[in-house]
Order: sequence, then structure tokens, then C-alpha cells
Amino acid sequence: MSKHHVSTTINGESVEFLCEPQQTLLDVLRDELNLTGSKEGCASGDCGACSVIVDGRLCCSCLMLGAEAEGRRIQTIEGIADGDRLHPVQQKFLEHAALQCGFCTPGLIVAAKALLDENLNPSEEETRYWLAGNLCRCTGYDKVIRAVLDAAAVMRGEAAE
Amino acid sequence: MTFVGTKEDLKVVGTRPIRPDGVDKVTGRATFGADMTMPGMLWGKIKRSPYAHARILSIDPGKALALPGVKAVITRADFPDVPPELAYIGAAPANLRDQSRNCMAKSKALYEGHAVAAVAATSPAIAEEALDLITVEYEVLPHVLEVEEAMAEGAPILHDDVFTAGLDPKPTKPSNVAKRVQFAKGDIDQGFAEAEVVIERRYTTKPVHQAYIEPHACVVSVAADGQCTIWSSSQGQFMVRGYTSRIVGADLANIRAIPAEIGGGFGGKTIVYLEPLAYMLSKKSGRPVKMVMSREEVFRATGPTSGAVIEVRLGARKDGRLTAAEVVLKYQSGAFPGSPVNQGCTCALAMYDVPNALVTGYDVLSNRPKVAAYRAPGAPIASFGVESCLDELARELGLDPLAVRETNAARDGTKAVHGPTWVNIGYLATLEATKASEHLKAPLGPGQGRGIASGYWHNAGGESSAAVHVNEDGTVTVTGGHPDIGGSRASMAMMAAEALGVPYERVRPVVGDTTAIGFSASTGGSRVTFAGGMAVTRAAEKVIDELKRRAAITWDISPEAVEWRDGKAFPAGANAGSFEPLSMVQIAAKAARTGGPISAEVQINAQGQGPGFATHICDVEIDKETGRAKILRYTAIQDVGRAIHPSYVEGQMQGGVAQGIGWALNEEYIYDKEGRLENPGFLDYRVPVASDMPMIETVMVEVPNPRHPFGARGVGEVPIVPPMAAVANAICAATGVRLRDLPMSPPKVLAAIDAREPLRAAAD
Amino acid sequence: MPSLSFTAPTTVEEAVTLLASAAGSAKVLSGGTDLLVQLRSGRTRPELIIDAKRIPGLIGIREEADAFVIGAATPGAMLSACEPLIRAWPGVVEAVDLIGSTQIQGRASLAGNLCNASPAADSVPAIIAARTVCVIAGPQGRREAPAEAIPTGPGRTSLEKGEFIVEFRLPKPRPHEADAYLRFIPRTEMDIAVVGCGIAVMLDGTGVCRDARVILGAVAPTPILLPEAVEALVGHRLDEATLARLDAAAQRACRPITDKRGTIEFRTKVAGVLARRVAAIAFERAGER
Repeated sequence: MSKHHVSTTINGESVEFLCEPQQTLLDVLRDELNLTGSKEGCASGDCGACSVIVDGRLCCSCLMLGAEAEGRRIQTIEGIADGDRLHPVQQKFLEHAALQCGFCTPGLIVAAKALLDENLNPSEEETRYWLAGNLCRCTGYDKVIRAVLDAAAVMRGEAAE
Repeated sequence: MTFVGTKEDLKVVGTRPIRPDGVDKVTGRATFGADMTMPGMLWGKIKRSPYAHARILSIDPGKALALPGVKAVITRADFPDVPPELAYIGAAPANLRDQSRNCMAKSKALYEGHAVAAVAATSPAIAEEALDLITVEYEVLPHVLEVEEAMAEGAPILHDDVFTAGLDPKPTKPSNVAKRVQFAKGDIDQGFAEAEVVIERRYTTKPVHQAYIEPHACVVSVAADGQCTIWSSSQGQFMVRGYTSRIVGADLANIRAIPAEIGGGFGGKTIVYLEPLAYMLSKKSGRPVKMVMSREEVFRATGPTSGAVIEVRLGARKDGRLTAAEVVLKYQSGAFPGSPVNQGCTCALAMYDVPNALVTGYDVLSNRPKVAAYRAPGAPIASFGVESCLDELARELGLDPLAVRETNAARDGTKAVHGPTWVNIGYLATLEATKASEHLKAPLGPGQGRGIASGYWHNAGGESSAAVHVNEDGTVTVTGGHPDIGGSRASMAMMAAEALGVPYERVRPVVGDTTAIGFSASTGGSRVTFAGGMAVTRAAEKVIDELKRRAAITWDISPEAVEWRDGKAFPAGANAGSFEPLSMVQIAAKAARTGGPISAEVQINAQGQGPGFATHICDVEIDKETGRAKILRYTAIQDVGRAIHPSYVEGQMQGGVAQGIGWALNEEYIYDKEGRLENPGFLDYRVPVASDMPMIETVMVEVPNPRHPFGARGVGEVPIVPPMAAVANAICAATGVRLRDLPMSPPKVLAAIDAREPLRAAAD
Repeated sequence: MPSLSFTAPTTVEEAVTLLASAAGSAKVLSGGTDLLVQLRSGRTRPELIIDAKRIPGLIGIREEADAFVIGAATPGAMLSACEPLIRAWPGVVEAVDLIGSTQIQGRASLAGNLCNASPAADSVPAIIAARTVCVIAGPQGRREAPAEAIPTGPGRTSLEKGEFIVEFRLPKPRPHEADAYLRFIPRTEMDIAVVGCGIAVMLDGTGVCRDARVILGAVAPTPILLPEAVEALVGHRLDEATLARLDAAAQRACRPITDKRGTIEFRTKVAGVLARRVAAIAFERAGER
């Protein structure tokens, strides 16, 4: 079983790693690169805790091979904040208490960020459907949805940061 | 300890600050169970039984040990025999021998997924490969899954040393009925004789999983001298230490259990599965071992709560006043005794003033995973039956279901069927708030229906420790012993800040490991804000005494002449002398000269947790051609005592409702004929997703609990009690059909509608 | 465990050679949203994974005079963003959009959904309804096959060793022709279809159906075309009688199983319900064209 040498970009930085063919991008992030913010909740694409953005598209890092990352641009939860400045979604999650245990939170924040990259004015229903692939067992989603809608308002300049 | 009775006196409690661990959790920095690594670490994996019930004839690890990279294989033979002993380590009293054998099967595998061996290797892939090289020889035995089949004469018996407890005389034949419990009040026959209407119904529920998103995970390192460090995600580091110590035969002092962040538990992480195995693998290999369950393992081998049969008979007068109630609860315990049937029995009728009642519960073994605590264990099942039946009674009598509840509601002074006489309870207050709610008055469209249901949970107190340290710069560190599963660091810091009179931002809370803080029972039973908060407040009060003493030394007056207000020491009055007040910063700066560091640690066994009551309103719309229910609107009304951090109280209410809706509509364990779980993943174990849910409105009724310094009651569990009946009652209102079997999934709803339609057609 | 290799060829020919010469089983990786789950569970143990996404043309949509040409590995999210395709075949785009979550949409492809050969695949009834033709590359060169010819049973396809789909050709709809797709699931998202139904109809200027294709998913080993349901529609307007005939024809065509996702009775009944609802949408769309 020969390892693949992969050159890729993660959170704006060039990264090289070796991975086995069956290792997923999530395995690589967590076990090879020590980027443990992306979580494994199911390893089958059903929970969204491992959400990352690859070449601008939201996907589950558990459903992508590490070897496929060659030449891609990957954004993980570790790259959502701008240094010590939180992204509005992160800030609103804190203000709205949109997390309880916090395990699904990285995936939800990456997914919500991807939504707002595409649509700064989503309806509640659009937000709920966009985030349907991110399971949260703690919150009942209420505060999560409010936080995302509020973050969108901030990014539109209609609400306070 | 002083009780702050009025809200106006509170500066921090009742506000909504950002949680102290929040930034780490929104940036991916928080370290959960699976995020830990250690140098030289191995990966452990578990070999599990493919059979629901089988005798283990032999286990041959030979080929696995020969695989390069495999460092250790363990089986039951590596564990000491633990004698049967009831221990109070986790959420409920548990038999240590059963816990040990649940972690690793002894002579029989009792459910599909039961661990029979484990391996440690240098990579997850090698460990996985090694599992296939362990040869296990089984003799497959007949199995039994359903509760009444397991109770029947001639059923396959799981344990030949289990005789039904609670019967007189003691039975001589082993049985799958591990226990019978009974609670009675008044004269049940007389009560039914007085009734003008009697209705008798049977309800069933399926096992449902806690379905925390984080699978169980740990890293365990055992050194050659026996000293061990456990890093794991659980609802209690002391629980992990306690169980592991007993199962592996190690001294408590040799185990340091460090709580990782926990990715949800809901009761399911109040017992251990992995830590004793990782301990043995580490001991045998001489290297740290990490074990992380797959989602499939979580479903097959951990949790769930009981599936059950609930029989309810209610007798009432025409005005809706209950004269008698009889409830029979048959709960699955899984492969070992210990279903929450006792709590089911105590909660079944706790909300009502029933003069004559009899509640009987059966704890029933079957070839399913051993049940684990799940949010208000036992109560939602019993309440689904009783609260549905009460709705049926109200319909039969042509009465408003809310009015029937008011007529029979337990009040202060009511003696509950299970014994206690209520004081300071808020059930009626929730009914009044329900009546006053805008939701109850909102119009409904065609095909829509509204249901209400109530719930009760006793909440827990118990052992907690807390330390409050005043740092050299006057900031404060609060160390507690409870893993923070939903924002409790914030409430601990808030209560400390409130008591000390300092800003919230100057208090940093941490969750201590088992060597950093005194024993603390687990995060469970909705006890942390109550018991943990009480310990923190008492520690803060001791610190205030010390701060006053230090001010007294500085001023050279008596400590009794010092008063603590707004985070400062003041002379208590004109007689005390005239001094500029001393702030915490000033006192801390001089601590070395006035006697050294200032801190206090407090250990308590908290009593007086107030019970929790809730009433929920649910609107549904049914697609009558497909049977699918859509939850249109939902309001949870709850007596929360006093909300310390209202956002996290609302969050508990909303989360409980969402889990209850999942339980009501789609969640269930599905087995094939061989006793193998068919839906061990989130694809077919259908928890609610964001698009399934409406916003969940919350109404926090505050009937303060005078036994807590700030009036707190447990809030986390009672919100999962009412939803199943609230949804069933709403579906009945929308369609006219009564669903008595959970989950109320589309095929069941459609079949019920179709079964009724011909009748209606005939009547027209 | 047989050792696994991964390769990402950049030409169709290279991919065909790799597929054809693989000693053991070889799998084409498009979005991977089924393949990786099967790899992880051990349900499939290939020796070679061939990532098709680096082959030019495998990702992308181009509009030709008479057809839309969709690269086999094009992710669902690209289809959902393609306005001309949405205008032409809204049912196809809706069906693709129903496959899994937003995350899945970022990766899942038509080729993967078709070649995974699940009877419940959402996009398959819709692309069959839209008369989609698959362009297949193989050791013998290229060939074309209608989408309905690809799945032959759960997890099985008619593709020969060395063959893989490179693109899909969706003919432009004819005047007054439109499609629709609905599925039934217990939740609002994230489930596998208990029943799926794709319908395309072509009307005359007066609202009478002149041609139709009706396909059900998840009620037989493969998605099935319903000639009887077509008969129920062709020559008729969409009135109560037509809907009743369609409902009955759909129910009669079902050969479902009872499993963890639904019972025979439930699937059969819901097949009729969905056929009616889908037909109503398709007729309305066709009438507006």
C-alpha cells in the first residue's frame, strides 16, 4: 500500500502530506495534520460535523479521499475566523447561545458560512434546508437558525455586529 | 447560605453573557474525546458479536497477534471477575458485575454488538484488519427481543441467576423479569367503583437512542507502575474513574481521569464502554491506547432507552375529576437488568392528585444492548401513555384537556402516589401560563390540530465539589467537578460572580480532573446548576468570609465589623471605623502579607432540588394521503425555578422538545428476525433535521426553589417528557385518529387514517 | 484486506485502459458520496479507485442546439445553478437537488447516482423521464444507451468491464413538454426515497396529453417505466378521471418490498399519490409553455 504525496492549500496555506489511498480528507485533517476542529460524527455524510469548503463548495470531508485534495483549496473551521477576528457567524453563535455541547458547531459554522458566501439574505426556510445535513442533537436548531439569520443581517449591514 | 429571593437583587443571574468556553467551540479549538493524541499512541478496536444471543465457545487471537503492527489483544480472560454488587457510580445504581460484562462479554454474547475481544495496533487500519483475524467460535442460542415475549413462559432466558425481585415469595425459577415494583395510594377498587367513566388503553414505545453526535472516545495510558491517565469524553470524570477502577481492579488513586469536552450525552455517557478496554490494552502493550467508536458501534452497543408497553386505566367523574388510575409499565432493560422503570412509575402520575392509584412496573431483559439513561429516564415513556390517555378521557367526556389537567393538578400539599408531599411546585403555574399563551388562542387551518401535554421530572441533587480561588490580580478561578455539556461553565461563573459581587468577566470557570477537585457526581439528573451551583456559591461565601477577615486584618478591626458588598469590603457601620472600601484586587494584592492565598473548596451532598413541571402545546398538520406529520408550531412552558442563564435554559427546553419530536415521529430501533439492528446510522435512525423543525417557543415560568441560593431548579430533562403525547394529541385533533404506538411514522399514521375512513364513510 | 490504489487519470483513454486492465475490481470515483460510505463499511473492497474528475469534460454543462450535455461527474450544486437547464428540465434539477444534503450536493453526480444502481436513486426516474442518453466510453470506443438501460438490479449495471459513463445528453424539451419529480420521505431531508416518481408530459395546445413518460423509483429492483400509466395520460386532459386512472396504474405497477424504509402497502399507496401530484405539476408546467 503505497502512500500518496498530496500538495494542497488549507486555510490559505500550502500544505503537503502523505496519505494512504483509503484515508479520507477528514482522516488526513485530524490524524495527519492535527486539524481536529472538523469532527467525525458518522463517517457516512449524514451528520455534517466534518463539513469543509473545497474550491468554494461545501462538502463532507468524510466523503472525500485525502488523495483527491491534490491542488484544491480547502477551508476548515480553523480558517473561518480572520486571525483573532471572529466571522459574524461565529460571533452570533456565541451571542445567541446557538451551541450547547459544541461538537456539531464547527460543521454548522462552516456550512452557514458557505450559505452566506452564496446568499446574504436567506429566508428561515432556505437556511433550514441548507443546514439540514448538519445534525445538532442539543439545540433543536432554534438558536442556530436565529444566529445564522442574524449573522446574515450583520453582513448585509442591517444589524449590529 | 443565603437565598436571594427577589430578582431585583440579582445583577448577574438572569443575564445572558457569552459562555467562557464559547470561542474555543466556535473556532474548532475545543478538545473533545477523539481529539487527544499521545506520543507512541496505539489505536484500539473492538471485536463484536454478530449474534443476538450466543455462547462463546472459544476465542483465538493467534492470527491477529501475528499481524505486523498489532501490539495487544484482550478478551474477558484479561479482566478480573467482579462480584455482583450494587454501586452508585453513574446516573443510577448499577450492578458492577453487569457493567463489567457489558464492557466485555464473559461466557455469552447477549446482544448483537456485544464486545467479545479488543485489539491495539499502530494504526486504525491495522487494528481493523486484525479484528477479522480473531477467531471466535459461538454456539448460537435462541434470542428474544420484545418485552412481552421476553416475559412469556418459555422465553429464552438471558441469565440463569436472575429471579424476579419484588415478589413474595421469592421465585425459584429464573426469569427475564428482573424486578417488579409497585406504588399504591388509596383503594383502587373503590376508586374505579366511584368512577362515572372508565377508559382503558394500551400504548407502546420503541427503544430510541440518545444520538449524541460525538461517538464515545478515550485515550488511556497505563504506566508500568500502575499509574494511569484517562482522557475521555463522559458525563463524569469521577464516574469514569470509579467504574474503570472496579472493572480493571485498580486503586482510585492510581487513576487520573481528565474530562475532555463532551459532544452530547443526554444520559448516554453516564456509564463506561471503552475506558476499561483501553486500560487493559494499554497495560498489556505498555503504550497509550486511543479508542473511538464508529457511529455504527454507538447504535449497536451503547444507549438506548427502553422500548415499552404502557397500560393505562383511568376512572373519572363526568366533571373530569379522576377517581382512580392504574398504570402498568413493562420496560425493556436490554441485556442486563436496570431499565428506568422505577422512575417511570414515580413519574407516571406525579402531576395529578389521584385519590386511588396503583402503578406497577416490570424491568424486563431481552437480547438488546443494555439500556442507558436518556434524559428524564423512564418518565417520557410513562407520560406518553398517561398524557395520551388523559386526552382520550377528556375527549370521551367532551371536556377541554387543559381543564381536565387543571381539575386534577397536583398542588402544594398534594401527596403524590409515590410518596412525597409537594411543596413549592409550579405545575399549576405552567397550566395557567399555557391558558394565557397567545399560541393557545391562535387559529388553526384545515387539516391542522393542536395538542397539549404535561410532564414531570424529579431532578437530582447529590454530591458536588467546587473551589473558588482568588488570583493574585483579584480575578477569580472557579473549579468544578462536572463536565460542561451545555453551558454550565457560564452558569457556575455567573453564580460565583453574583455571590462575590464581581463582574462575570473576572471569573474564569474550569472543569477539574479527578486530581484537581473533590469528588463530584456526574453531569446528569439536571443537577449541575442546582448542586454544582450550590457548591460554587458556598465556596464563594467562604471566600467572602476570608476576604472580610483579610480586610479586618488590614484595618485592624474585628472581621464581624466588615461587610462585603458589590465586590468590596466595607466597614460594617460607623462603629467599625472609617476606612476606604477594599476591592478584591486590593485585598488579593496584599494576600501574602495578610495570611497567604485566598481560596476555598467546598464539598456538599445537595438536598432540596425542586421538581420540574412542564406543559407543551403542539400544532401539527397531517398529509392525509401519505400520513406525514408536519410540526407547525410548538411552545414549551416550564417552571424553571429561576433561570440562571436564560438562553441556556431556553436551549435545554428547545433541545428536549426536538428530541421528543424525534421520538414521537420517526426514531426507532429496527431489528431483523435474527436480532440484528437494521438501522445503525443517521440515515435510517431518523433524528430531526433543521428543516423538520419550526422555531420552538419557550415560556419560562419562575417559581423559585428556596433550597437553592438563587432559586434554581433542574431544567434539562423535563422538556423531553411531554412532546410524544403532545404530538399524539395534536394528530388526533387534526385527523380524529388516535396513535398509540410510537413512532407515529407516516406508514402508521396513514394506516390509522385508512382504517378509520371506511367507518366514517359508512356513518355518512 | 487487499491493498487499495488510487489514481486520477486525465484522459478518457487512460481511464478506460486502467479500468479494463485492472486485475481485481476497479471503481470509478465521481462525487464519492456512495462509494466512500461503501468503502468504509467494507461493502465494497476494490483494488483500484479511479478518480474521474480530472478528465476534461467530466465536470461541466454545455448547451448544444438540441441538447444539454452534462459531464458525468458534475456535482449536483452545478446543475442547481444552471438556469437554462432549470428552465428546460426543472424536474431533473429538483430530483438531483433532493439527493442528500447541501454537502452531498457539493459532490454527488448523475453518474454516481445512476451507476450506484440504488432502486431509490432520486435523479434516475427524472433523467429517464427526460429521455436522457448516456455516452459511455469503453475499450471498444464510445457507445450510447438510454438511462433506463443502465441499472439492471440493486447495485448492478449493464456497463461492461472497462466502460464508464462520460456524459449525459438531455434532449431539449419539445413544445408544451415539461417534467416534474417528487419523492416521499419520512423527514423533510436526508432520507432515502421511500417512493420516487418522475413524469414528463407533452401536451397539445389545448391541454390534452400527446406523449408521456412515467417512472417510479424504490418500488422495484430498478426504477420502472409505466406504460399503463402513460396510456392513462395520453389522449386526456388532467381531470379527476385521468388522475384516478394514473393512480391505479401506478399502484398496479409497483413491485415493492417491505423494509426498514417502508411497507409494501405504504409504498404502493404512496406511489399512486405521488403519480397524481407529479402529473399535476408536469401538466401545469407544460401548459405554461
